[in-house]
Amino acid sequence: MKKRSLSFYLLAAFFGLFVIFLYGPMITIFILSLQGPEGTLTFPVRGFGVYWLGQVFQEQRVGNFVEPFLRSLVLGGIVTVLVATMSVSAAMAFRQRFKGSTVLFYLSIASLIVPSILISLGLGVMFQVMKWPTRWYSSGLGAHLTWTLPIAFLIMLGIFNRFNPSYEEAARDLGASDTKTFWEIVLPLIAPSLVGVSLLTFTLSYDEFTRTSLVSGQYNTLPLEIFGMTTNVTSPALYALGTLTTLFSFSLITVAYILYRRLSKQG
Amino acid sequence: MAKAWTHLKPYLLATPQAIALGLFLIFPIILIGVVSFWEFNGYSMTPAFTLDNYIGVFTSDVTLKTYLNTFKFVGLTWLFTLLIGYPVAYFLAFHIPKLRWQVLLFLVCTIPFWTSNIIRMISWLPLLGREGLVNQLLMGSGLVQQPLEFFLYSDFAVVLGMVHLYIIFMIAPIFNSLMRIDRTLVTAAEDMGASGFGVFKEVIFPLSAPGIAIGSIFIVTLVMGEFVTVRLMGGGQAASIGKLIQTQIGSLQYPLAAANAMVLLTVTLLVVISILRLVDIRKEL
Repeated sequence: MKKRSLSFYLLAAFFGLFVIFLYGPMITIFILSLQGPEGTLTFPVRGFGVYWLGQVFQEQRVGNFVEPFLRSLVLGGIVTVLVATMSVSAAMAFRQRFKGSTVLFYLSIASLIVPSILISLGLGVMFQVMKWPTRWYSSGLGAHLTWTLPIAFLIMLGIFNRFNPSYEEAARDLGASDTKTFWEIVLPLIAPSLVGVSLLTFTLSYDEFTRTSLVSGQYNTLPLEIFGMTTNVTSPALYALGTLTTLFSFSLITVAYILYRRLSKQG
Repeated sequence: MAKAWTHLKPYLLATPQAIALGLFLIFPIILIGVVSFWEFNGYSMTPAFTLDNYIGVFTSDVTLKTYLNTFKFVGLTWLFTLLIGYPVAYFLAFHIPKLRWQVLLFLVCTIPFWTSNIIRMISWLPLLGREGLVNQLLMGSGLVQQPLEFFLYSDFAVVLGMVHLYIIFMIAPIFNSLMRIDRTLVTAAEDMGASGFGVFKEVIFPLSAPGIAIGSIFIVTLVMGEFVTVRLMGGGQAASIGKLIQTQIGSLQYPLAAANAMVLLTVTLLVVISILRLVDIRKEL
């Protein structure tokens, strides 16, 4: 192996600093959420305990987090099922040439990069004009789809790019219908990736804030509730909630990764 | 029959996604365009065709100032994400020998992106505030006598927050284009006697330009419409066009907000188009 140059050590140090920049702030709120009851929003750390983590589940003066959490779970579930179905279906379509495929591809990219305020405003105006009330499960769902669907679709495109079509051809040669080929050949083969994509979609939806912020209607999802807290909560309960929800996202990502690795080894 | 089915199949498969994007992306944006010509009478909007909203946008001093401030955020965030993101991507692509490790370290950079933006912003509060850790350290070491105010609720905090939130959108495309560079080109340049810096300047950097362009498009479009970071990290002080639109929505002035949004969309598209004219990104897709 080649001797490592000075630039390696400089860049490695830079990379290390970057990782600290990425994770440092998160770690500070983890530490601050593990204070005793006399803890405050700033350092130094006062006492040690899980008092504030427990406080999250108590009825708060400023609101209740259990219901927004459940709402976010339900919405995330709906979004995940819809996105998994639509993205697999669309990515399958893209294995053939068809008229309008370029348009749909660029539309998906546009959905990803359009300034988020336009989605929020657009859905707000649409529901206003239609005289529909904005709700987390209608306008909020739409906002989530504009963000999660293109990401899942792009990942699925990549997965089908690497997909070997000879298994399907074999099944078809043996007389299987398209539907049967999909359920018995294609789906089992893409299953590990699909599970990974679904969990990532769920995480994105669970944490989505900007596009939903103006169209969630009367009842907030969890990120919106947390945003509301930032202006009026003065106790480490805010950090505790942040810690818990971040750990929740982390564990989903870890499970996605492990499942992906294990299942892809089997295949 | 069977042939017709094969021909029809991709259209059927693509329909759900096309409907979803049509309903929640295209239709709402068309409606913004329509509503931007409507009238607003102080409490509700009525269908009409008036240019008053656009005249309002273009004749207001606030608009110009807000746009300048937004461009400042875009420019600074772009600059810092590039200056920090490029060396990170370069280190991963060229200094980490095994693919396994490259993927693992790249994942380390990516994971925070999947967690809540709000929490990631809140995380800065105990560090940057008046009584925050940074000020405590500065005071403790005797470097400053008074706590510094500019760390939080300032333009500095807004840019810091945006760089922290969005830098992965710069790193990922650059990493992707660096990984695609044929390593024999680097060896060839070295054999011809190019210095380390020469190789970077003549070979690696030009080949990574499409990645930089894609990253820049992400950063520009994300920051142009920003209003959450601006509000949370900027306190009441900082202004951006996204926040202006959000305030107008808050007071139900939909037509005016819509006119502002159409101008924002046009400006964003112009910036994206000029980036695309500078760099050809098609081979990256």
